[in-house]
Amino acid sequence: MTTSYKQPNAQGYYGKFGGAYIPEMLHQNVEELRTRYLDIMYEAEFQKEFQQLLRDYVGRPTPLFLAERLSKEFGATIYLKREDLCHTGAHKINNTVGQILLAQRLGKKRIIAETGAGQHGVATATVCALKGLECIVYMGEKDIERQAPNVARMKMLGAKVVPATSGSKTLKDATNEAIRDWINNPNDTHYIIGSVVGPHPYPDMVARFQSVISEEIRQQLKAKTGSELPTHVMACVGGGSNAAGAFYHFVDEPTVKIVAVEAAGHGVNTGMSAATTALGTPGILHGSKSLLMQTADGQVVEPHSISAGLDYPGIGPMHANLFDTHRGIFLSATDDQALEAAFHVAKTEGIIPALETAHAFAVIDQLKLSSTDVLVICLSGRGDKDLATYMNHM
Amino acid sequence: MNRIEELFQRKQRNVLNVYVTAGYPNLNDTITIMQALEANGADLIELGMPYSDPLADGPVIQQSSSIAIANGMTIETLFAQLKDLRNSVSVPVILMGYMNPVLQYGFEKFCADAAAVGVDGLILPDLPEYEFETEYGAIIKQYGLDFIFLVTPETSEERIKKLDSLSSGFLYAVSSSSTTGGDKAFSPVQEYLQRLQSYHLHNPVLVGFGVKDKASFEAAAAYSNGAIIGSAFIKSLDGAADVTAATKAFLSSVLH
Repeated sequence: MTTSYKQPNAQGYYGKFGGAYIPEMLHQNVEELRTRYLDIMYEAEFQKEFQQLLRDYVGRPTPLFLAERLSKEFGATIYLKREDLCHTGAHKINNTVGQILLAQRLGKKRIIAETGAGQHGVATATVCALKGLECIVYMGEKDIERQAPNVARMKMLGAKVVPATSGSKTLKDATNEAIRDWINNPNDTHYIIGSVVGPHPYPDMVARFQSVISEEIRQQLKAKTGSELPTHVMACVGGGSNAAGAFYHFVDEPTVKIVAVEAAGHGVNTGMSAATTALGTPGILHGSKSLLMQTADGQVVEPHSISAGLDYPGIGPMHANLFDTHRGIFLSATDDQALEAAFHVAKTEGIIPALETAHAFAVIDQLKLSSTDVLVICLSGRGDKDLATYMNHM
Repeated sequence: MNRIEELFQRKQRNVLNVYVTAGYPNLNDTITIMQALEANGADLIELGMPYSDPLADGPVIQQSSSIAIANGMTIETLFAQLKDLRNSVSVPVILMGYMNPVLQYGFEKFCADAAAVGVDGLILPDLPEYEFETEYGAIIKQYGLDFIFLVTPETSEERIKKLDSLSSGFLYAVSSSSTTGGDKAFSPVQEYLQRLQSYHLHNPVLVGFGVKDKASFEAAAAYSNGAIIGSAFIKSLDGAADVTAATKAFLSSVLH
């Protein structure tokens, strides 16, 4: 059997990770999705509408930008995949456009979502407004406080933002609340998960919708350099949706180094971190088996990151498998390193990156690049939402 | 014959299963509450192993779980508390919990230790049938434990029959699509329960979710073998100075 790193087996497993560990109350909905998602996604009519929206609404293809000053600084060729230029300011909308079209074809009238930094919530509220569907976004109470502009955007787009008040009051708890909503509304509701997490088929479905990122990178690199393949492709990882999209068409190309960057928070060993592969062990959260930050008793540990989008105690099963098989290189950056990198990129390239993305820029020097190396960094989102944090550090 | 089989042989109607979170409201209340449940008419006890992220449960049970975890409850502590269980409790006992803490404890060790202290069966709502059939079911059976699957009004006839064939002890019929302790009115869900009866299932059926008092217990039990009460009992323990008295008062309100 040939193994592919990009797709799971029929039961949703990437190596040892994945599956669908869900209570019976979710079975009908997840099963309906599992049996229909591939057929729907690859219908000609679906693809036509999806591609048209990606082009005319999202603004794809996003540019692949040669970062000349960063290239000079690190002695290699560095390209930035400009997902920050997508409508709503991050890659999240690639997935929500796909899932809203899928939800319509499943006959669903009501959309729910979870959000951490608010980018996925905004991207979901946006496509619900576009299609005239009811939208409810669950968001941790703590994240509502620290991401006020995105909360306002969701409300302006007509979404209802419901605070998750249990547990750590962040992304993990917002996800719990969204799943409970789905259990309580089994017939008319589609749950748009924002990352490559959750029960099968979500990790695969979200990765496929995001895979447009690496599909475009290959075409654009070919046009610019004559080769479709870089030496390195790098992205930040919380749950890992931008990384899954950026890695997707490269993971089965053995010459391409895959680099995932996690949030170390105050430092990997400080007890205030979100570096899941460094700190996690195999476990089950939100319907799939993956790596998970947990106590010896199997209680989920509250993570910490300055970036709400990386503040998650798990990681998608595709990434857990890349880590477990050593196919991917997993690095981490602290809050302070990410902040420093964000300011550096802003001054060097004239681009203010999201705090999540800044984690990737913080570790370029650890790659020990040489002059023949070609590095592509997925610039997953823009930093407007993080201005309050940036202003505190000026 | 195990304790659950004996129970259903003796009693086919109005079987009352009461859920309580282990280590709630205080760490060492577990056995005291179980004794009080048995003394006041519970036929079966479902003991919840607290988890930080209990997806199938509503806010009441999540809150009791958080308190139990803060009290220091772990699976290891629970088995220590249950060491002499069968000296003072004779009704069947089911452990209910989520896969992650059980996996960290070690699945086989968990089954062995549960059987050793006299636990009769397991409910692990996020253990899916595929994993049960390929990996875990054999281990559960090896230690003589029953495994109880859940079915809902959305579950197809074919799937209900399949889950019934994989279950032993009883089948857990979720009354409506909701998390536990939901505020949806407990409609008698008569049609659904009659549908289950018409399938001539191999296991007895207990109805749970939304059963909270005498009226809803009787409505649920009318078309099944009995019902499961959880969140309403947990609420009655909240702030109780004497958990034995609170348990007695609660069961009295349901049964008399």
